Amino acid sequence: MTNTKSKPVPRMSDATKDFWEGCKNDEIRIQKCLDCNTFRFPPQMMCRKCNSVESEWTKVSGEGAIYSFTMPTNQSPGEFPARGFEYPYSIALIELDGTDGVRIASNIVDCELADIRIGLRVKPHFVELTEEIDLPLYRLHETN
Amino acid sequence: MNDFRDKCAIVGIGETDYCVNSGRNPLALALEAIRNAIEDAGLTVDQIDGIVKSSIDASASDQIIAANLGLSGVTYSSEVTGLGGAACATVAHAAMAVASGFANYVVCYRAFTPFDFIEGAKHNQTTLWARQAGAGEFLRPFGWSAMIDGFAMHCQRHMHEYGTTSRQLGAIAVAARKHAAANPKAIRQEPITIEDHQNSNMISQPLRELDCLISANDGACAVIVTTAERAKDLKQRPAKIMSAAQSLGSNPMATWEMSAFKPTITDSEAKMIAPHLFRKAGLKPEDIDVAQLYDCFTYTQLVLIEDYGFCKKGEGGEFVQDGRIEIGGELPINTHGGHLGEAYIHGFTHIVEGVKQMRGTSTCQVEDAETTLVASAVPGPTSALILGR
Ligand SMILES: [Zn+2]
Repeated sequence: MTNTKSKPVPRMSDATKDFWEGCKNDEIRIQKCLDCNTFRFPPQMMCRKCNSVESEWTKVSGEGAIYSFTMPTNQSPGEFPARGFEYPYSIALIELDGTDGVRIASNIVDCELADIRIGLRVKPHFVELTEEIDLPLYRLHETN
Repeated sequence: MNDFRDKCAIVGIGETDYCVNSGRNPLALALEAIRNAIEDAGLTVDQIDGIVKSSIDASASDQIIAANLGLSGVTYSSEVTGLGGAACATVAHAAMAVASGFANYVVCYRAFTPFDFIEGAKHNQTTLWARQAGAGEFLRPFGWSAMIDGFAMHCQRHMHEYGTTSRQLGAIAVAARKHAAANPKAIRQEPITIEDHQNSNMISQPLRELDCLISANDGACAVIVTTAERAKDLKQRPAKIMSAAQSLGSNPMATWEMSAFKPTITDSEAKMIAPHLFRKAGLKPEDIDVAQLYDCFTYTQLVLIEDYGFCKKGEGGEFVQDGRIEIGGELPINTHGGHLGEAYIHGFTHIVEGVKQMRGTSTCQVEDAETTLVASAVPGPTSALILGR
């Protein structure tokens, strides 16, 4: 099943522009509370742990492990097809190293889909989508 | 000790026919269901003085409903947020309103048209679904765009942590379709086997086509809530509200899809409300005779079985096998056929079926059923009721 329309482009907001700026610089940056040092994702105004509104965006290694994944294989009955994707493809939740369990969603690419497993180590690379946006995509780590 | 138990009751239920993509007008559906519920209760339209709706109901505002029905005496109205998790909470809010004297007869309703809550998802960048806080930026660009994708993500992790299998999910689909086959209102009338389930198309791994709700259907449900005292004089045997509970979630996220970023994704919000839901009713899970558990996907029901304590965490896969959740089994679940077999009205059909079980009028009636637990969607905001005879 081919879907020729382009992928949805993230629309940056004040709350999220630092994440995308990081990706443009080949870095994963995660929001961190300046008062209690807790990482958080998705970004939000206030730290849910200490209610501080002071935060900064901190560069992390971007490497991590697959926490869970799915492989959209056929269009979901009655729903719209994923725009800009060809079935089957993978979506994974990546638990990022050094963040106390923060996860981001991404695609695992350049591998056999059947090889994807929970717990595998993965590392990011950055693929240009538009002038402002690079998407962080992931490959299985050679050390697996 | 327990001020809430048995103080209020559901005294009227109304449904429309359930159809696949019929193109019917959602306001017409809502009004039809509401009128049916009022008639079922033996009330007159002008006795309705309260309205509670699901905030994403497809039909129209409470004011438009009141205008069409000509309700001059509405003294209480509210909306409950939380997509499929809101259903039971509308009844809870109505019960609080009648118990406190804000209103006497409150109608709760939800009209549904195909994926009204993601209306226009095809336009992707500019719609509610696409722009739900964070999802447009952090999910959609990675092809995480269908409702099923989030559930598949949770299910995969559950399989990893607890060894749950696709065949076990199949047992949930088989039970739902068995019950639907006995229900003339059900859209899916043909029973299925585990093999049918296993041979059905993979949609978003590990979920198959027969793990999925009836997605593109339309219809509406309405229920009438009043005090147990007033219920005595009405037409139907009341379904007493023994308990009700609502949650915006432990570790609440901006939207249900963002639940994927919570510390654990195999526990649902149901686990949080279960203790006080049972405590208020003075019951334990083993006291429940029949359950109506939200089932947009088979996996959703499996998690609710675990999180309401019908089995230990992680043992849901084993629990649903061997006919245990089918009519005649230890705990029949979704005796109407659920969202997998009857129709998908965002948790409201489960409330209606709970009432039928307490009246003794279900098409899969559990003999001498005295209690039923009704649970709305997870993950994300959720709610539940325990109804009694
Ligand atoms: Zn903090």
